[in-house]
Amino acid sequence: MKVVIDADLCQGQGRCFSIAPNVFGFDDLGNGVVLGDGTLTSETLKLAQLAMANCPEHAIFIEDDE
Amino acid sequence: MHKEPVTDFATDWDHTDPQWVNNPYPIWDDLRERCPVAHTERYGGGWFPTTHEMIAEIANDTEHFTSRQVVIVHNKNPELMPPAPIGGAPPITSDPPFHQIARRLILPAFAPGPVRALEDQVRALCAKHLDALTGETRFDAGARFARYISPGVISRMLGFPEADEDQFRDFVHLVLDLIDLPTEERIPLFAPMTDYFDQQIADHVAHPRDDFTSYLLNVEIDGQKLSPEHVRGTMVLTLVAGIDTTWSAIGSAIWHLAQHPEDLARLVNEPDLMPVAVEEFLRFYAPVTMARLVKEDMEFHGHDFKANDWVLLGFPAANRDPAVFKDADQFIIDRAINRHAAFGLGIHRCAGSNLARMELRVAIEEFIARFPRFTLDEDEPVTWAPGQVRGPRAIPLRVL
Repeated sequence: MKVVIDADLCQGQGRCFSIAPNVFGFDDLGNGVVLGDGTLTSETLKLAQLAMANCPEHAIFIEDDE
Repeated sequence: MHKEPVTDFATDWDHTDPQWVNNPYPIWDDLRERCPVAHTERYGGGWFPTTHEMIAEIANDTEHFTSRQVVIVHNKNPELMPPAPIGGAPPITSDPPFHQIARRLILPAFAPGPVRALEDQVRALCAKHLDALTGETRFDAGARFARYISPGVISRMLGFPEADEDQFRDFVHLVLDLIDLPTEERIPLFAPMTDYFDQQIADHVAHPRDDFTSYLLNVEIDGQKLSPEHVRGTMVLTLVAGIDTTWSAIGSAIWHLAQHPEDLARLVNEPDLMPVAVEEFLRFYAPVTMARLVKEDMEFHGHDFKANDWVLLGFPAANRDPAVFKDADQFIIDRAINRHAAFGLGIHRCAGSNLARMELRVAIEEFIARFPRFTLDEDEPVTWAPGQVRGPRAIPLRVL
């Protein structure tokens, strides 16, 4: 499982990196960025899902492995 | 100014009507079920959609809706300085594509890193005003605490003298509260504010320092410094948007805790709950509504929107929409799923949201550390700011 942020949808609401600081960071404008390659472990998956459910812009997506 | 009281908000809404100012939520719930887009002929004509879906739709549609004026007044001013798409207070009054350019200039100052660096300063500011309340058992937490925090932060950020804070609240009052004055009475009132900002700009040109005003004076777009109108407009925006909003949010949170001892006790006993609680304060008591103007005649879900009609984006109403929030009318301090729109949606997301959130969290943390038990003083009235930024001004408390 992998998490991605759609940069066109992200408006820097700042919820993801507060909820899941091990999964998300931010750039110099305050927009959310995925840390590393976004691969999720069983622990980080839950936090990433929580961040996704709290993103007001619906900019976070969790993709199944191919 | 005397106005007819509203009898039906569906056809004649007015966000300055005392009923709306004192408790807008039942009105919005009724409109959401009944309309869900309310209309008014007041202010030259306008609309108030009440569902989260419609509010998000308009916030994200910059093709049909302009941000040229975001505060509803009696005049729709076609001669703004600077003109569209820049507008009087960039980037909040700007439309694409200029909006993004103006916004990118200011976002780094409000990004999480710089905001974290201000936290100790905010804590010290809170402590100073709480120290002044030591030993008191009855006081107005609005007048003695909530209203001081954001002006203190913003004046330092802009590099303005702290002693001028009373004037800043006057400026905010003018821009956001005195919206109902006739145009000919309102316009002259802006002269002292414009003069004040021009004086500050001149002082910063003569004596540059490490603050946001000097930054705006020196930053460049494509090798060109910003026009004086752009600099002043962004300074006005920072001051106005940075003060009333957070002041209202802090006030609403204290007002809530004064009436909900179970929530107050949880925050005192479970400090780790604070970030989640802050989001619920923001959802439930979102202070800010923002306006748009319709660009050209159009149909919106069966309604004939005319060019230059106002549209008031009720983000606080979106936050109470049961289609999006479970138990939307309940304040749930540990609400885990909370996709609220308190900072707006789309490209105009509040640029200061990280700062506002930090100020709100720190102010409440410091307040409840000093006053772990308090209640509303029922002998004194709670008063609410009217207009597009809503929050309690007088919050009479009894310390328990």
